[in-house]
Amino acid sequence: MKSKDRNYFKILRAGINTTYQDLGRNNLYHIGIPFSGAMDKRNFQLLNSLLQNNYNSPVIEFAYQGPHLKYFGKDIFFCISGNVSFKIITKEGIIDGNSYQCYLLKNGDEVDIRSTNKSVYGYFSINGTFGVDYYWGSCSINTQAQIGPNNGSKFSKDLEIEIIDINNSFNKRKLDYLGSTIENIRVIKGTNYDYFSESSQNKFFKESFKITKLSDRMGMRLEGPKIENIVDPNIKSEGLVKGVIQITSAGDPIIMLSDHGTIGGYPKIATVISADYDRLVQLTPGSNIKFKDVSLEDAETLYKLYQMETNNLISQIK
Amino acid sequence: MIKNILNLGDAALYCDFGSDVNQEINSNVIKYFYYIKKLNLKGITNLTPSYNKLIISYDLNIHSFLSLKKKIENIEIKENNKLEKNLIEIPVCCDNNFALDIKRVENKLKLKSEIILEKFFSKNYFCYMTGFVAGMPFLGDLNQEMRLKRLETPRVKVPKGSVGITEQFCNIYTFETPGGWNILGNTPQNIFDTSNQSNPNLVNPGDTIKFYRITLDQYNEIKR
Repeated sequence: MKSKDRNYFKILRAGINTTYQDLGRNNLYHIGIPFSGAMDKRNFQLLNSLLQNNYNSPVIEFAYQGPHLKYFGKDIFFCISGNVSFKIITKEGIIDGNSYQCYLLKNGDEVDIRSTNKSVYGYFSINGTFGVDYYWGSCSINTQAQIGPNNGSKFSKDLEIEIIDINNSFNKRKLDYLGSTIENIRVIKGTNYDYFSESSQNKFFKESFKITKLSDRMGMRLEGPKIENIVDPNIKSEGLVKGVIQITSAGDPIIMLSDHGTIGGYPKIATVISADYDRLVQLTPGSNIKFKDVSLEDAETLYKLYQMETNNLISQIK
Repeated sequence: MIKNILNLGDAALYCDFGSDVNQEINSNVIKYFYYIKKLNLKGITNLTPSYNKLIISYDLNIHSFLSLKKKIENIEIKENNKLEKNLIEIPVCCDNNFALDIKRVENKLKLKSEIILEKFFSKNYFCYMTGFVAGMPFLGDLNQEMRLKRLETPRVKVPKGSVGITEQFCNIYTFETPGGWNILGNTPQNIFDTSNQSNPNLVNPGDTIKFYRITLDQYNEIKR
C-alpha cells in the first residue's frame, strides 16, 4: 500500500492498558484460554451501533487513562463510549468531546483521551475497520497469555493503528446517555457456600467490601471482613467462569473477570449475575460494594431486562 | 455417570462426577467433554473439564439453566465410546539451573536427588486436564513417596517450561506465571503453540506423558 493511501492513527501516548477487543473467543476454556473480549459489553455494543459497524467489529479498549492518537488519512468519523474525558485537537483549535457522539477527523487531527471518570473502561472506534489479526476467531488481546494482535501486548508509543476499511455512506449519529452505575452487586450463592461459617456468610451479605488496587482484566481483589472457612481452604481445582467470587486462604474475596485463569482451587462463595457484570467491572479501586443475594430465576429475568434496556438504548441512537 | 448438576452463577452448569480424584472418574469427565463438544450445541460457549467436574458455560440469550440441564441429563454415552489416547514423550533437563526446588524436595521427602529423579522419570503420567493458563497440563499420579505440598510462599515468576510437582500431581508451566509447585527441571519443548490454532496444545486431557531426561547440551541443542 502506498503511504499516501494509508489511513492510520499513530500512538503519541499509549495510555495505561490499551488493547483491541471484540466479543472475545469461545470454547477454549478446556485448553486454558479465557473469553477475554470487551470488559463492558454494553458500551462495546453501543459504540459499534453508533458507528454502524458490524456488531463484533474490533474496538480499542482503554482503562483509566486512554491513548493520545494522531490521525493520518482521508476524512473519518470516530466515537467514544463510556464515561470519558477527551480532547479533539484540530487546526481550528481544541475542543472537549462528549461520549456517545461522533466527530469528524481530518488528516493531522488528534484525539487525546485524558481519562475515564469515576469508571475504569472506555472504548474508541471509527466508522470502519481496524486492520487486526484474528486468533481463534477473535482479535481480543489477552496480555497474560500473549494472545492476539500486536503480539498479544498492550499498545505502546509510536505504534501505528491501520484502518483497512472506511464506511463512506456513514451519517453522524449520537445517543443521549449518561451511563449507568451500581453499588449493590447481585450474586447467586456459590457451590462452596457452606464452606464458610454462618457469621461469615452473614458478613458477606451485610457488610461492605472495598475494591483494592490489585484489580485488572483478570480479576478484582476485595478487602473487608475476613471470610472464615470452616471446611477446607482449598478445593480440588475445577473450572471457573467470569463473575465467580473465590475466597483466598487469607479470607479475602477475589472476583474472576474476563481474562481469568480457567481453573482454580479456592472455594467459591458466590457468582455475580450476568446482568451486573458490565457495571461491576466499571467500579474503580477504592469503591465500596455490597453483595445482594438473588435466586437463579431472578438472575435470568434480570439479564433479559438488562438486554432489553441495551436494545432500547440502541434504538434511541439518532 | 453425572451425579448431580448444579448452577454456577446464572450462565453455567456445574456437572459433578464425584469428589475423589482418580483416573476412572476423570475419564468419565473427559468422555462427556468430548461427546458434548462433538454435538456442537448452539449457545454452548465453553466446556471446562477438570479432575471430577465439567463446567458448561452457555449463552443466556439461547439457554436457561433448566432447559439445558434437561438436555445434558438426557445424554447417554455408550460404553464402547472409547477415549482417544496419545502417548507423548517430553524431554526434561534437571540441571541445577532448572531444578529450582530440588534441595527442598530432598529435605521434605528425605530422599537423595538422584533417587527422586529416577522415581520421577520411571513412570508414565495421565493428563487429567489442561488450563489455568493456556495449555498447562495437570498430570498424575506420582508415587506415594514422591508427594509433598506446594511451596509455602509461591514464586512470583516461574520460568516457562518448568516441570513441577505437588501432592499426587505434576505439571508443565507453559508460560512464565506465578506458581507454587516444586520445580524439578525444565523442558525445551514448546507445550503451547499460539500459531497452531487448530491444535495449540501438545498435551490434551486423556493423553499419557512420558518424561525423559536430557543433558544441558541436549537442552540447548533442542532450544536452538
